[in-house]
Amino acid sequence: MIDTLELTAIPAADEALRNDIREFLASAMEGVAADQRARSWMGFDAGFSRALAARGWLGMTLPREYGGADRGHFARFVLSEELLCAGAPVSAHWIADRQSAPLILKYGTEAQRQFYLPRICRAEAFFCIGMSEPNSGSDLASIRTRAEPRDGGWLLNGSKIWTTNAHRSHYMIALVRTSGTAADRHQGLSQMIIDLTLPGVTVRPIEDLAGDAHFSEVFFDNVALDAQALIGTEGDGWQQVNAELAFERSGPERIYSSMALVECWLAHCRAAGLDDAATAATLGDILTQLATLRAMSLAVAGQLARGRSPATEAALVKDLGTELEQRIPDLIAQTLDRRPDIPATPELLRTLAYVEQVSPTYSLRGGTREILRGIIARGLGLR
Amino acid sequence: MDSLFGDSAHRLFAQAYPADVLRAAERGQADAAWQAVEDSGFLDALLPEDAGGAGLCLADVAPLAQAAGWHGVGAPVIQTMLARAWLQAAGHAPRPGPIALAPWSARTDAGGIEARSVGAARAAQWILVAAPDTGGARLLARADARETASGGYGSLDADLCWPAAALAAATPLNVPGAALADLAATAYAGLIAGGLERILQLTVEYASQRTQFGKPIGRFQAVQQQLSVLAEHVWAVRAAAQLAFQGRGWMPQPLLAAQGKARASGAVARAADIAHAVHGAIGITAECDLQCYTRRLREWRHAAGGEQYWNLRIGSHALAARDLSALDYVRTHLYAAAE
Repeated sequence: MIDTLELTAIPAADEALRNDIREFLASAMEGVAADQRARSWMGFDAGFSRALAARGWLGMTLPREYGGADRGHFARFVLSEELLCAGAPVSAHWIADRQSAPLILKYGTEAQRQFYLPRICRAEAFFCIGMSEPNSGSDLASIRTRAEPRDGGWLLNGSKIWTTNAHRSHYMIALVRTSGTAADRHQGLSQMIIDLTLPGVTVRPIEDLAGDAHFSEVFFDNVALDAQALIGTEGDGWQQVNAELAFERSGPERIYSSMALVECWLAHCRAAGLDDAATAATLGDILTQLATLRAMSLAVAGQLARGRSPATEAALVKDLGTELEQRIPDLIAQTLDRRPDIPATPELLRTLAYVEQVSPTYSLRGGTREILRGIIARGLGLR
Repeated sequence: MDSLFGDSAHRLFAQAYPADVLRAAERGQADAAWQAVEDSGFLDALLPEDAGGAGLCLADVAPLAQAAGWHGVGAPVIQTMLARAWLQAAGHAPRPGPIALAPWSARTDAGGIEARSVGAARAAQWILVAAPDTGGARLLARADARETASGGYGSLDADLCWPAAALAAATPLNVPGAALADLAATAYAGLIAGGLERILQLTVEYASQRTQFGKPIGRFQAVQQQLSVLAEHVWAVRAAAQLAFQGRGWMPQPLLAAQGKARASGAVARAADIAHAVHGAIGITAECDLQCYTRRLREWRHAAGGEQYWNLRIGSHALAARDLSALDYVRTHLYAAAE
C-alpha cells in the first residue's frame, strides 16, 4: 500500500529564510504584471537566476564543497514556495536546481561533480531534460535516439522533442539507447550529458499557443561525445530516470502553477467588493484544497529529508495538485462571469486567459495524468 | 492504524461494531456495543487526569476518530468524547450515555426549542444544543423531546423539539472560543477520513477478487484509474482530518476544523460513487457491507454543514483578512504541525 503522509512542520531555521527571500523578491519583482508572473517557472531570465545564485539560493541542497549551501529539503521547499507564489521567472535554473544537480551528485563521477555542480550553483550552467521523442511520449521506453560506442566515446544520433528550454540551455541530460533495440524496453538505456554547443546539434524552438517558445525540438546528427558524457551506469538509465522523476513530481510547483492568478483575483475581489456568497465559497474551496495539498507536499518533503524516495506518494500529490491547478481558472472564471456588472481589470483578464490556455500542460509535464494514476494503482497492488 | 492508541481503538470497534451490529444499530438495537465503548474509557480521553480522564490532546485522539469512521460506527462516539471535554470546560458534571451535537437551534412559538437534522440523535441519550440567544448551550435529555426521524433509510438522524419547561430546567453552558459547530466539524472530518479509507480497502479487495474477461477487474486500466482517484481523495482527506485535529489542548481550532470538514465532505460523493461503480450491482445490496459505510459517509458529508457551508466560512474570513495573500492565509491559518 501507500505510505501514510504525516503532518510535518518546517524547521524554524528553514522557515527563517522566508523573510530574506521576500525582501529580495519585493524589489526584484517590483512592477511585474500578474500575467507575466503567471509564467513563473516557464519564465526565463538568466539575470534573475544569477541574482539568486549570488545570494546562495541555487543548488542550496548541495554540499558546500560543490558550491551548495548544504541545506535540507525544507529550506528548498520554503524557497520554492516563495519563488513560485511570487511568480518569479525561475525557468532558467529550475531544472538544473531541482533534478539535474541531485542526479549528478548521486550518480556522477567526482570529475563530473566538480565540473557541473559549482557551475549550476553560480547559474552558469542551465540544463534541460531530453526524454520525449517524436514517437515516444508516455511510452518513454520506446525511445530510438542512440549513442554508439566510438573511439573511446560515443556517437549520438536521433532527436528529442517537447524539451523545455533546450534552445536556451547549456546542457541536456538525455535518456538514450546505448545497446539493444526498442524491443528491449527498459534494458540498454543510459543517460548522457550533452553539451548543446557541440557540432551536429540543432535546436529548433516551438512556438506555443500563448505566443511563447518554451520548448524545442532537438536533432543529433553524428554528435561526437567523449567518454565523460555518460552519467551513472551504462544500461541503468531507466532506473536513474525514475528516481529523478520522483524529485520532479513531488515539488511545490505541482500546487502553485495557478497561484499568480489566485492572488490577482483575490486582490480584485477585495478591491472591487466582489464578495457574494458564491465567490467566498469558491475562495474557501481553493484555499482548503491548497491547504491539504501543501500539507501533503510538506509530508513528501519530509520523506525525502529522511532519505526515502516516495515515488507513489509524489505521483499522488502531483495528480491531485494538477487537478486543482487546472480547476482554478474555471472556478475563478465563474465568479467573474456571474458579475459582468463588476468589470475585471485587463491584467486579471490577461492572467486568466493565459492560465486557461496553458493549464492543459499542467497534467502533461512530468508524466501524464494516466501514467501517474497507473503508478498509484501499482502502489495499491493492482498491477 | 498508526499508533498504539489507534490500534486499541480498532480492536474495540471491531469487537463492538461488526457489520451485523451496524445493521442492528440502525434499528436501535446496539446497547451492548455502546456499553463496551463506555467501559473502554475512550470517551474520557480528553478530560484532564484529575477529572478521571486520560489528559490527551486533540491531536492524540485523531486515530480514534478515524478508527470509528473506518468501522462505520453511527453512534456518536467521537461527538460524545468532544462533548464531554466541552462540558467539563463549561463546569458541568460528566454524565454517562451517548451525546449528540446540535450546533444550531431555533425557538418555538411555545417558548420551547427545536433542533433539526441532529446527527446520530436516535443513538443518543443526551443532546448538547447550541442556543446562543438564550444565554448558552443546554444539555437536554432526548427522552424529553418530541422526535421525528429526519434522515433516509437506516439513518439515526432526527428533528427534536423540547417544551419550554425542559429548556427552563437546564442550565445555560458556555465555553468561550469553542462553538459546538467546530466540535461537530472536527468529529465528522475524522469520521469521514476513516470511512473513506475503509471503502478504498473494500473496493481494492473486491477489484482483486472479482473476475471478468478472464482476469480480475482490477487489472483493467479503466478500473485502475478510478481506484487511483479514490486513493488520492482518501489520502487528501486524511491530511485534512489530521489538520482538523491539530491542537495542544482538547479544543478544536475553528479554521482548521472548517477546512477539515470542507475537504472531507467535498470528497465523499466522488469517492462513494467510485466505490459503487467498481462494485457493480452487488454494492447496492443490503447484504454487501460496502453500503453500510457509504450510507454513513453520505450522511456525515451533510451533517453539521457540507463543504459549501464551511468553504464559505473560510472564504469570507479570508476576503476580510485584507493584508494576507492567499499563500499567507494558507500558511498561517490553515496549517499547523507540532515540530
